[in-house]
Amino acid sequence: MMTTLWIAIIAASLGCYGLKLAGVSLPGPVLNHPRVQRISGLLPVAMLAALVVTDLFGGNGHYTADWHTLAGVGAGAVALRFGRSPLIVFLVAIAVTALTQLI
Amino acid sequence: MPVSTFTALRSRIPAPVIASEPLAERAAITRAAAGIGLYAGAFGVTFGAVAVRAGLSVTQAVTMSAVMFTGASQFALVGVIAAGGSLLAGVSAALLLGLRNAFYGIPVTRILQPRGVRRALAAQFVIDETTAMAVAQSAPRAGRYAFWATGGALYTLWVSGTLAGALIGGAINTSALGLNAAAPAIFLALLWPQLSQERGAAVAFGAAVVAFMLVPLVPAGVPIIAAAAVAILAGLLPDRRREKSQE
Repeated sequence: MMTTLWIAIIAASLGCYGLKLAGVSLPGPVLNHPRVQRISGLLPVAMLAALVVTDLFGGNGHYTADWHTLAGVGAGAVALRFGRSPLIVFLVAIAVTALTQLI
Repeated sequence: MPVSTFTALRSRIPAPVIASEPLAERAAITRAAAGIGLYAGAFGVTFGAVAVRAGLSVTQAVTMSAVMFTGASQFALVGVIAAGGSLLAGVSAALLLGLRNAFYGIPVTRILQPRGVRRALAAQFVIDETTAMAVAQSAPRAGRYAFWATGGALYTLWVSGTLAGALIGGAINTSALGLNAAAPAIFLALLWPQLSQERGAAVAFGAAVVAFMLVPLVPAGVPIIAAAAVAILAGLLPDRRREKSQE
Protein backbone atom coordinates (compact mmCIF):
# COMPACT_ATOMS: atom_id res chain seq x y z
CA MET A 1 0.00 0.00 0.00
CA MET A 2 2.78 2.35 1.00
CA THR A 3 4.63 1.55 -2.22
CA THR A 4 1.56 2.05 -4.44
CA LEU A 5 0.98 5.39 -2.77
CA TRP A 6 4.59 6.41 -3.49
CA ILE A 7 4.22 5.35 -7.14
CA ALA A 8 1.05 7.44 -7.46
CA ILE A 9 2.70 10.47 -5.83
CA ILE A 10 5.83 10.24 -7.98
CA ALA A 11 3.88 9.61 -11.19
CA ALA A 12 1.55 12.55 -10.58
CA SER A 13 4.42 14.83 -9.48
CA LEU A 14 6.68 14.05 -12.44
CA GLY A 15 3.68 14.16 -14.77
CA CYS A 16 2.72 17.64 -13.58
CA TYR A 17 6.33 18.82 -13.95
CA GLY A 18 6.48 17.25 -17.42
CA LEU A 19 3.40 19.23 -18.45
CA LYS A 20 5.05 22.47 -17.31
CA LEU A 21 8.30 21.57 -19.09
CA ALA A 22 6.37 20.76 -22.29
CA GLY A 23 4.76 24.20 -22.07
CA VAL A 24 8.10 26.04 -22.10
CA SER A 25 9.70 23.63 -24.60
CA LEU A 26 7.11 22.83 -27.27
CA PRO A 27 7.04 25.02 -30.36
CA GLY A 28 4.29 27.63 -30.08
CA PRO A 29 1.96 26.40 -32.86
CA VAL A 30 1.26 23.10 -31.08
CA LEU A 31 -0.28 24.83 -28.06
CA ASN A 32 -1.52 27.88 -29.94
CA HIS A 33 -4.41 26.10 -31.65
CA PRO A 34 -7.59 28.01 -30.62
CA ARG A 35 -9.65 24.89 -29.91
CA VAL A 36 -6.85 23.36 -27.82
CA GLN A 37 -6.52 26.61 -25.88
CA ARG A 38 -10.27 26.85 -25.31
CA ILE A 39 -10.47 23.30 -23.94
CA SER A 40 -7.45 23.87 -21.71
CA GLY A 41 -9.04 27.04 -20.33
CA LEU A 42 -12.30 25.25 -19.55
CA LEU A 43 -10.76 22.08 -18.05
CA PRO A 44 -9.88 23.68 -14.68
CA VAL A 45 -13.35 25.27 -14.54
CA ALA A 46 -15.07 21.89 -14.93
CA MET A 47 -12.75 20.04 -12.59
CA LEU A 48 -12.70 22.67 -9.85
CA ALA A 49 -16.52 22.77 -9.90
CA ALA A 50 -16.60 18.97 -9.66
CA LEU A 51 -14.09 19.04 -6.80
CA VAL A 52 -16.18 21.53 -4.83
CA VAL A 53 -19.29 19.35 -5.29
CA THR A 54 -17.61 16.04 -4.40
CA ASP A 55 -15.83 17.60 -1.40
CA LEU A 56 -19.13 18.94 -0.07
CA PHE A 57 -21.62 16.21 -0.97
CA GLY A 58 -19.91 12.97 -1.91
CA GLY A 59 -17.52 10.90 0.13
CA ASN A 60 -16.88 7.23 -0.55
CA GLY A 61 -19.40 6.59 -3.29
CA HIS A 62 -22.44 7.89 -1.40
CA TYR A 63 -23.97 11.24 -0.58
CA THR A 64 -22.84 12.86 2.66
CA ALA A 65 -22.92 16.43 3.85
CA ASP A 66 -21.58 18.15 6.95
CA TRP A 67 -23.50 21.32 7.67
CA HIS A 68 -20.55 22.95 9.48
CA THR A 69 -18.41 22.63 6.34
CA LEU A 70 -21.32 23.79 4.16
CA ALA A 71 -21.79 26.87 6.35
CA GLY A 72 -18.06 27.63 6.20
CA VAL A 73 -17.76 27.28 2.42
CA GLY A 74 -21.02 29.25 2.04
CA ALA A 75 -19.49 32.08 4.09
CA GLY A 76 -16.39 31.84 1.87
CA ALA A 77 -18.61 32.22 -1.20
CA VAL A 78 -20.13 35.37 0.31
CA ALA A 79 -16.60 36.73 0.86
CA LEU A 80 -15.78 35.96 -2.79
CA ARG A 81 -18.96 37.76 -3.85
CA PHE A 82 -17.63 40.83 -2.03
CA GLY A 83 -14.34 40.61 -3.90
CA ARG A 84 -12.20 39.33 -1.04
CA SER A 85 -8.80 37.73 -1.76
CA PRO A 86 -8.37 33.92 -1.68
CA LEU A 87 -6.56 34.17 1.66
CA ILE A 88 -9.51 35.98 3.29
CA VAL A 89 -11.98 33.55 1.71
CA PHE A 90 -9.98 30.64 3.09
CA LEU A 91 -9.76 32.16 6.59
CA VAL A 92 -13.50 32.99 6.64
CA ALA A 93 -14.38 29.44 5.55
CA ILE A 94 -12.32 27.64 8.18
CA ALA A 95 -13.24 30.13 10.93
CA VAL A 96 -17.00 29.75 10.30
CA THR A 97 -16.66 25.96 10.11
CA ALA A 98 -14.73 25.85 13.39
CA LEU A 99 -17.11 28.27 15.14
CA THR A 100 -20.30 26.40 14.14
CA GLN A 101 -18.81 23.27 15.67
CA LEU A 102 -18.74 25.00 19.03
CA ILE A 103 -22.50 25.49 18.99
CA MET B 1 11.19 36.08 5.46
CA PRO B 2 10.16 37.03 1.92
CA VAL B 3 13.00 39.57 1.90
CA SER B 4 15.64 36.93 2.68
CA THR B 5 14.09 34.63 0.07
CA PHE B 6 14.48 37.46 -2.27
CA THR B 7 18.12 38.16 -1.48
CA ALA B 8 18.91 34.49 -1.90
CA LEU B 9 17.10 34.52 -5.19
CA ARG B 10 18.88 37.60 -6.48
CA SER B 11 22.17 35.80 -6.94
CA ARG B 12 20.42 33.32 -9.24
CA ILE B 13 18.48 35.86 -11.22
CA PRO B 14 19.29 35.56 -14.92
CA ALA B 15 21.76 38.10 -16.25
CA PRO B 16 19.32 40.27 -18.26
CA VAL B 17 17.40 41.07 -15.08
CA ILE B 18 20.41 42.45 -13.26
CA ALA B 19 21.01 45.25 -15.71
CA SER B 20 22.91 48.40 -14.88
CA GLU B 21 20.04 50.76 -14.12
CA PRO B 22 17.58 49.88 -11.33
CA LEU B 23 14.17 48.54 -12.22
CA ALA B 24 11.55 51.19 -11.47
CA GLU B 25 8.74 48.76 -10.60
CA ARG B 26 11.01 46.59 -8.46
CA ALA B 27 9.63 47.63 -5.04
CA ALA B 28 6.00 47.19 -6.08
CA ILE B 29 6.70 43.79 -7.64
CA THR B 30 8.61 42.69 -4.55
CA ARG B 31 5.69 43.66 -2.30
CA ALA B 32 3.19 41.81 -4.48
CA ALA B 33 5.44 38.73 -4.59
CA ALA B 34 5.81 38.77 -0.79
CA GLY B 35 2.02 38.95 -0.37
CA ILE B 36 1.48 36.01 -2.70
CA GLY B 37 4.22 34.12 -0.85
CA LEU B 38 2.52 34.61 2.53
CA TYR B 39 -0.77 33.35 1.17
CA ALA B 40 1.03 30.35 -0.34
CA GLY B 41 2.61 29.69 3.06
CA ALA B 42 -0.81 29.57 4.75
CA PHE B 43 -2.16 27.23 2.05
CA GLY B 44 1.00 25.14 2.32
CA VAL B 45 0.39 24.58 6.03
CA THR B 46 -3.16 23.51 5.22
CA PHE B 47 -1.99 21.17 2.47
CA GLY B 48 0.56 19.55 4.78
CA ALA B 49 -2.04 18.97 7.49
CA VAL B 50 -4.69 17.67 5.06
CA ALA B 51 -2.16 15.37 3.33
CA VAL B 52 -1.00 13.78 6.58
CA ARG B 53 -4.60 13.33 7.68
CA ALA B 54 -5.32 11.58 4.34
CA GLY B 55 -2.62 9.03 5.19
CA LEU B 56 0.50 10.45 3.56
CA SER B 57 3.82 10.54 5.40
CA VAL B 58 5.58 13.86 6.03
CA THR B 59 8.13 12.97 3.31
CA GLN B 60 5.37 12.19 0.82
CA ALA B 61 3.57 15.47 1.53
CA VAL B 62 6.76 17.52 1.12
CA THR B 63 7.78 15.56 -2.01
CA MET B 64 4.44 16.49 -3.57
CA SER B 65 4.88 20.19 -2.82
CA ALA B 66 8.50 20.24 -3.98
CA VAL B 67 8.08 18.22 -7.20
CA MET B 68 4.43 18.66 -8.22
CA PHE B 69 4.25 22.30 -7.01
CA THR B 70 0.75 23.06 -8.28
CA GLY B 71 -1.86 23.43 -5.54
CA ALA B 72 -5.11 22.32 -7.16
CA SER B 73 -3.54 19.07 -8.46
CA GLN B 74 -2.06 18.33 -5.04
CA PHE B 75 -5.34 18.90 -3.19
CA ALA B 76 -7.19 16.83 -5.81
CA LEU B 77 -4.89 13.79 -5.44
CA VAL B 78 -4.90 13.98 -1.65
CA GLY B 79 -8.69 14.42 -1.64
CA VAL B 80 -9.21 11.27 -3.69
CA ILE B 81 -6.82 9.36 -1.39
CA ALA B 82 -8.68 10.64 1.69
CA ALA B 83 -12.03 9.55 0.19
CA GLY B 84 -10.62 6.07 -0.42
CA GLY B 85 -10.85 6.45 -4.20
CA SER B 86 -8.64 4.74 -6.76
CA LEU B 87 -5.12 6.10 -7.07
CA LEU B 88 -5.43 6.02 -10.85
CA ALA B 89 -8.41 8.38 -10.67
CA GLY B 90 -6.48 10.65 -8.29
CA VAL B 91 -3.40 10.77 -10.52
CA SER B 92 -5.55 11.43 -13.60
CA ALA B 93 -7.36 14.28 -11.85
CA ALA B 94 -4.02 15.80 -10.79
CA LEU B 95 -2.66 15.60 -14.35
CA LEU B 96 -5.82 17.04 -15.96
CA LEU B 97 -5.74 19.95 -13.53
CA GLY B 98 -2.01 20.41 -14.18
CA LEU B 99 -2.56 20.57 -17.94
CA ARG B 100 -3.27 24.30 -17.78
CA ASN B 101 0.32 24.95 -16.67
CA ALA B 102 1.51 23.69 -20.08
CA PHE B 103 -0.50 26.48 -21.70
CA TYR B 104 0.85 29.07 -19.29
CA GLY B 105 4.21 28.15 -20.81
CA ILE B 106 3.36 30.08 -24.00
CA PRO B 107 3.31 33.63 -22.52
CA VAL B 108 6.05 32.77 -19.99
CA THR B 109 8.40 31.57 -22.75
CA ARG B 110 7.69 34.72 -24.73
CA ILE B 111 8.74 36.88 -21.75
CA LEU B 112 11.61 34.81 -20.32
CA GLN B 113 13.06 33.09 -23.40
CA PRO B 114 14.72 30.56 -21.08
CA ARG B 115 17.42 28.14 -22.27
CA GLY B 116 19.03 25.00 -20.85
CA VAL B 117 19.07 24.61 -17.08
CA ARG B 118 17.22 27.90 -16.62
CA ARG B 119 14.39 26.51 -18.75
CA ALA B 120 14.13 23.42 -16.52
CA LEU B 121 14.01 25.66 -13.43
CA ALA B 122 11.58 28.14 -14.98
CA ALA B 123 9.26 25.26 -15.94
CA GLN B 124 8.81 24.29 -12.29
CA PHE B 125 7.70 27.84 -11.45
CA VAL B 126 5.05 28.03 -14.20
CA ILE B 127 1.76 28.14 -12.25
CA ASP B 128 -1.30 30.43 -12.00
CA GLU B 129 0.26 33.15 -9.83
CA THR B 130 3.70 33.43 -11.48
CA THR B 131 2.15 33.56 -14.96
CA ALA B 132 -0.34 36.21 -13.87
CA MET B 133 2.46 38.32 -12.32
CA ALA B 134 4.75 37.98 -15.35
CA VAL B 135 2.14 38.93 -17.95
CA ALA B 136 0.84 41.84 -15.83
CA GLN B 137 4.11 43.82 -16.26
CA SER B 138 4.47 46.32 -19.07
CA ALA B 139 8.10 45.59 -19.98
CA PRO B 140 9.70 42.14 -20.50
CA ARG B 141 12.45 42.93 -17.98
CA ALA B 142 9.89 43.69 -15.25
CA GLY B 143 8.00 40.55 -16.32
CA ARG B 144 11.12 38.42 -15.86
CA TYR B 145 11.78 39.94 -12.45
CA ALA B 146 8.14 39.41 -11.41
CA PHE B 147 8.25 35.78 -12.55
CA TRP B 148 11.42 34.85 -10.64
CA ALA B 149 10.53 36.87 -7.54
CA THR B 150 7.02 35.44 -7.28
CA GLY B 151 8.22 31.93 -8.14
CA GLY B 152 11.03 32.01 -5.56
CA ALA B 153 8.86 33.36 -2.73
CA LEU B 154 5.97 31.03 -3.55
CA TYR B 155 8.10 27.90 -3.88
CA THR B 156 10.03 28.52 -0.66
CA LEU B 157 6.96 29.26 1.42
CA TRP B 158 4.75 26.58 -0.16
CA VAL B 159 7.29 23.83 0.53
CA SER B 160 8.25 25.00 4.04
CA GLY B 161 4.57 25.60 4.86
CA THR B 162 3.80 22.03 3.77
CA LEU B 163 6.56 20.70 6.04
CA ALA B 164 5.22 22.70 9.00
CA GLY B 165 1.62 21.61 8.31
CA ALA B 166 2.62 17.95 7.89
CA LEU B 167 4.57 18.01 11.17
CA ILE B 168 1.79 19.60 13.22
CA GLY B 169 -1.07 17.99 11.26
CA GLY B 170 -0.75 14.68 13.05
CA ALA B 171 -0.73 16.33 16.47
CA ILE B 172 -3.71 18.66 16.12
CA ASN B 173 -7.40 18.05 15.53
CA THR B 174 -7.67 19.48 12.02
CA SER B 175 -11.44 19.00 11.95
CA ALA B 176 -11.93 21.16 15.07
CA LEU B 177 -9.93 23.92 13.36
CA GLY B 178 -12.41 23.93 10.49
CA LEU B 179 -9.88 22.54 8.01
CA ASN B 180 -12.57 20.31 6.47
CA ALA B 181 -13.69 23.46 4.68
CA ALA B 182 -10.16 24.36 3.51
CA ALA B 183 -9.96 22.35 0.27
CA PRO B 184 -13.46 23.15 -1.08
CA ALA B 185 -13.00 26.84 -0.13
CA ILE B 186 -9.68 26.97 -2.00
CA PHE B 187 -11.17 25.25 -5.05
CA LEU B 188 -14.06 27.73 -5.01
CA ALA B 189 -11.66 30.69 -4.74
CA LEU B 190 -9.62 29.35 -7.68
CA LEU B 191 -12.77 28.71 -9.70
CA TRP B 192 -14.43 32.09 -9.08
CA PRO B 193 -12.36 34.38 -11.37
CA GLN B 194 -12.51 31.79 -14.16
CA LEU B 195 -16.32 31.82 -14.32
CA SER B 196 -16.23 35.06 -16.34
CA GLN B 197 -14.51 33.44 -19.33
CA GLU B 198 -16.68 32.46 -22.28
CA ARG B 199 -18.92 29.47 -21.36
CA GLY B 200 -17.21 29.40 -17.95
CA ALA B 201 -20.36 29.53 -15.82
CA ALA B 202 -22.21 27.02 -18.02
CA VAL B 203 -19.28 24.57 -17.91
CA ALA B 204 -18.99 24.91 -14.13
CA PHE B 205 -22.71 24.25 -13.71
CA GLY B 206 -22.70 21.28 -16.11
CA ALA B 207 -19.62 19.78 -14.46
CA ALA B 208 -21.11 20.21 -10.98
CA VAL B 209 -24.32 18.41 -12.05
CA VAL B 210 -22.40 15.56 -13.76
CA ALA B 211 -20.14 15.07 -10.73
CA PHE B 212 -23.06 15.17 -8.28
CA MET B 213 -25.09 12.60 -10.19
CA LEU B 214 -22.12 10.22 -10.51
CA VAL B 215 -21.25 10.22 -6.78
CA PRO B 216 -23.29 7.11 -5.85
CA LEU B 217 -22.55 5.31 -9.12
CA VAL B 218 -18.74 5.30 -9.45
CA PRO B 219 -15.69 5.18 -7.13
CA ALA B 220 -14.38 8.40 -5.55
CA GLY B 221 -12.29 10.48 -7.96
CA VAL B 222 -14.07 9.27 -11.09
CA PRO B 223 -16.79 12.00 -10.95
CA ILE B 224 -13.99 14.60 -11.23
CA ILE B 225 -12.50 12.93 -14.30
CA ALA B 226 -15.95 12.60 -15.88
CA ALA B 227 -16.51 16.33 -15.39
CA ALA B 228 -13.58 16.98 -17.74
CA ALA B 229 -15.80 15.73 -20.58
CA VAL B 230 -18.06 18.77 -20.06
CA ALA B 231 -15.08 21.09 -20.67
CA ILE B 232 -13.96 19.16 -23.75
CA LEU B 233 -17.47 19.20 -25.24
CA ALA B 234 -17.90 22.92 -24.59
CA GLY B 235 -14.45 23.64 -26.02
CA LEU B 236 -15.20 21.70 -29.22
CA LEU B 237 -18.34 23.72 -29.92
CA PRO B 238 -17.73 26.40 -32.55
CA ASP B 239 -16.67 29.79 -31.26
CA ARG B 240 -19.51 32.23 -30.72
CA ARG B 241 -18.65 35.45 -32.56
CA ARG B 242 -18.08 38.10 -29.93
CA GLU B 243 -21.41 39.90 -30.15
CA LYS B 244 -20.96 41.47 -26.73
CA SER B 245 -17.78 43.12 -25.56
CA GLN B 246 -18.05 42.75 -21.83
CA GLU B 247 -15.04 42.08 -19.59
